[in-house]
Amino acid sequence: MNRPSTLDVNLNLYRTMYLIRKSEETIQKYYPDDSMKTPMHMSMGEEAIVAGVVHALNPDDQVLGTCRSHALYLAKTGETDRFFAEMYGKATGMACGKAGSMHLSAPDKGLLCCSAIVASSIPVAMGAAFANKYLKNGKRVAVFFGDGAIDEGVFWETLNFACLKKLRILFICEDNGFAVHTPPGCRHGFRSLSKLIAGFDCNVFEEKTTDPEVIYSIARRALATMEENGKPCFLKLDYYRYLEHVGINEDFDAGYRSVKDYLQWLEIDPIALQKKKLQPTGIPTQEILDIEKTIDEQIERSIDYAQQSGFADVEELHKGVFAWA
Amino acid sequence: MGMITYCEALNQAMIQEMERDSRVFVYGIGVPDHKKIFGSTVNILEKFGPERCFDTPIAEDSMTGLGLGAAINGLRPIHVHIRVDFLLLAMNQLANIVSSFCYGAGGKVGVPLVIRAIVGRGWGQGFQHSKCMHATFAHVPGLKVVCPTTPSDAKGLMTAAIRDNNPVLLFEHRWLYWQKGEVPEDEYEIPIGKGSIVRKGKDITVVATSWMNVEALHAAEILAGNGVEVEIVDPRTITPLDEQIIVDSVNRTGHCLVADNDWVFCGFSSEVAAVVSEKCFGSLKAPVRRIGFAHTPCPTARHLENEFYPNAKKIVRQVENVLGLGETDLSNEVFYSHEKRFKGPF
Repeated sequence: MNRPSTLDVNLNLYRTMYLIRKSEETIQKYYPDDSMKTPMHMSMGEEAIVAGVVHALNPDDQVLGTCRSHALYLAKTGETDRFFAEMYGKATGMACGKAGSMHLSAPDKGLLCCSAIVASSIPVAMGAAFANKYLKNGKRVAVFFGDGAIDEGVFWETLNFACLKKLRILFICEDNGFAVHTPPGCRHGFRSLSKLIAGFDCNVFEEKTTDPEVIYSIARRALATMEENGKPCFLKLDYYRYLEHVGINEDFDAGYRSVKDYLQWLEIDPIALQKKKLQPTGIPTQEILDIEKTIDEQIERSIDYAQQSGFADVEELHKGVFAWA
Repeated sequence: MGMITYCEALNQAMIQEMERDSRVFVYGIGVPDHKKIFGSTVNILEKFGPERCFDTPIAEDSMTGLGLGAAINGLRPIHVHIRVDFLLLAMNQLANIVSSFCYGAGGKVGVPLVIRAIVGRGWGQGFQHSKCMHATFAHVPGLKVVCPTTPSDAKGLMTAAIRDNNPVLLFEHRWLYWQKGEVPEDEYEIPIGKGSIVRKGKDITVVATSWMNVEALHAAEILAGNGVEVEIVDPRTITPLDEQIIVDSVNRTGHCLVADNDWVFCGFSSEVAAVVSEKCFGSLKAPVRRIGFAHTPCPTARHLENEFYPNAKKIVRQVENVLGLGETDLSNEVFYSHEKRFKGPF
C-alpha cells in the first residue's frame, strides 16, 4: 500500500482536527437552543491524539471509544450528516436518534462502538482483535479510554489476556488528569502506570504532546513494533480537556483545576499548532483555506440537514432490540 | 434416534455446529480441562484444537466482552460458566453492553453470542453455587434466555442458540445432565420462543421450568392415581416467552400452578401469574398458585436444603389444595431421590 506523502499526512491531520474542532464549536453554538438533548462529552483538547492514531491506522482497521468520542467518530468517518442528525435525535441520525452523543458507531467505517460505562469497551476491543486474528484478516484494533478506566478491574483483565494471546490491539490511554473531577492522587495506589503496564508482555509508549505529527509517528512506531513482535501496545498520551466533564461550558470556577493550566495548554493547542507548522510564513496557504472552507460548508449543510430532518415514528422505539433471526 | 443424556445432547449440538460452521468456538474457565464441564465439552479440544476451544483467566467480565467483540466481528462464540453464580461477574457486559449493542447500532449489528451457565444444586452447593436467576437476565431487553429440560430440547435449543444472531443465555440444570431421552442424531433446531406440552391433562396446568418439570412429572403420576389429570407446560424459553401455549392450556383447565426453579418474589412465576390473570381471567376457577425456592439464600445442610427447594410433594399438595381435594397418602413415596444420586462434590 502506498503511504501518502508527509505533506499529505500533515494536511490530513489538520483536516481531521479542524473538522472535529469546528463540529464541536457548532455544537456549542446550537446546544443552548435545547434541541440537541443528549449529554455532550466534548473532545476539545484531545483532537491530536485521535487524529494522530486514526491516520496511522489503515481505513479498515477498527476503533472503539468512550462517551467522549465525537472526535473518534468524525476522524474515522469524516461525515457530519448522520452525526449532527443523531445529536438532534432525528430519524436520519446514525441510529435514528436512539444512540445520541455517547453511543456513536459506524461499523462499516471501523468504529465498532462507544460505551458510556468506563472501561467497558476495552474487552470488546479485545474480542474484535481476537476475531481478526482468528479470521486472519490483518485488521488491527485501537481502543481509546481515559485514565479513569485504569481503575476498573476489566482493564487489567483485558490487558492480561490480550498479552497472553498476542492480539493486535493498541490500548490508547488518553489521560486528561482526571476521572470526571477526581485526580490520580485520590485514586492511585501505585507510583508509575507505565512501569506497571511494562510488567505485562506488551509494548509501552508514553508521550506528552499536542503535536498530531508526533502522535502519528508514535502510533506508526507502535504498529510497526506490534507487527514485529506480535505483542499488543499500550500508549499513554496526555492532553487537557478544555471544557467541563459533560457539557459545552468551561468550568474553571469549580476550583478543581486552574485556568492557568488551561492557558498553558492553550498555547500549544493542537489545531493552532498544526496550522502554524503548515504555514511557516504565517500566511495561510490556499490549500489550508480550501480545507477550512470545504469543512465549514460541509458542517453548515449538515446542521441544516439535521434541523430539517424529521423524527422517527414512535414505532422506532421497538425496532432493533434484536437483529434478524 | 439414540438414547443419550442431556449432557451428551449439548455436546453433540456444539460439535455438529462447529463442524458445520468454522466461526463457532467454545471458551471459558475449565472448558478444555480434564473435567470438561461435567463432560459437556468432551472431544471438542481434540477435534477442533486450541484455537476453537480454550481456557480463560478467571475474568468473567472481560471474557464476556471478548465474546461480544468476537461476535460483532464475524465469529459465533460459546462462553461457558460452570455456575450461574459466576456469570453474575459479567453482569456489566451483559446488561450494559451486550443487551443494548444491536439497538445502539440502529438494529444493524447482530450479536451471535451464546452463554452457557450451569445451575448447581445439592450436596451442599450453598448460596454461591446454586443460583438460577433466569428471570433476572430475562428482565433485560435484548437478551434471550433459554432453560432446556429434556435431552432433545437441549440439543435443539443449543443448535438454535448458536445459529441465532442475538445473545442467547442457556441455563442448564446440573441434575438434568443425567436425564436420558431420544435425540435425533442429525442436526436440528428447536425454535427459541416455543414452549412444549410435557404432559397432557384436563384438570390443572402446571407451568414448570427446568428441573421442576421432573418434579412436576412425578407429581402428575401421583395425582393421576387419584384421577387428577395434570397438564405440564414447559415454556423452555423464558424470553421471548411463548405466552400462547400457557394461555391456551389454562383456558382449557381453568387452573394454574407455576413451579419455577428459582426464587418466587419478582420472579418468572410472577410474570406467568400476571399473563394468566390478564389473558385467562374469565376461565380461571381459582387464583394462580406459585412455588419456587424459599426466599432465603440457599443453605448447605441437607435437611434445610430440602426445605429450600420445591419438589413433587409440594406440587401435589398445592394441586390438592387448589382443587379442593383431600391429601393423598404420600408416606410410601420417595422424594429427593436425585439428591441421593448426586454425591458431589461439585
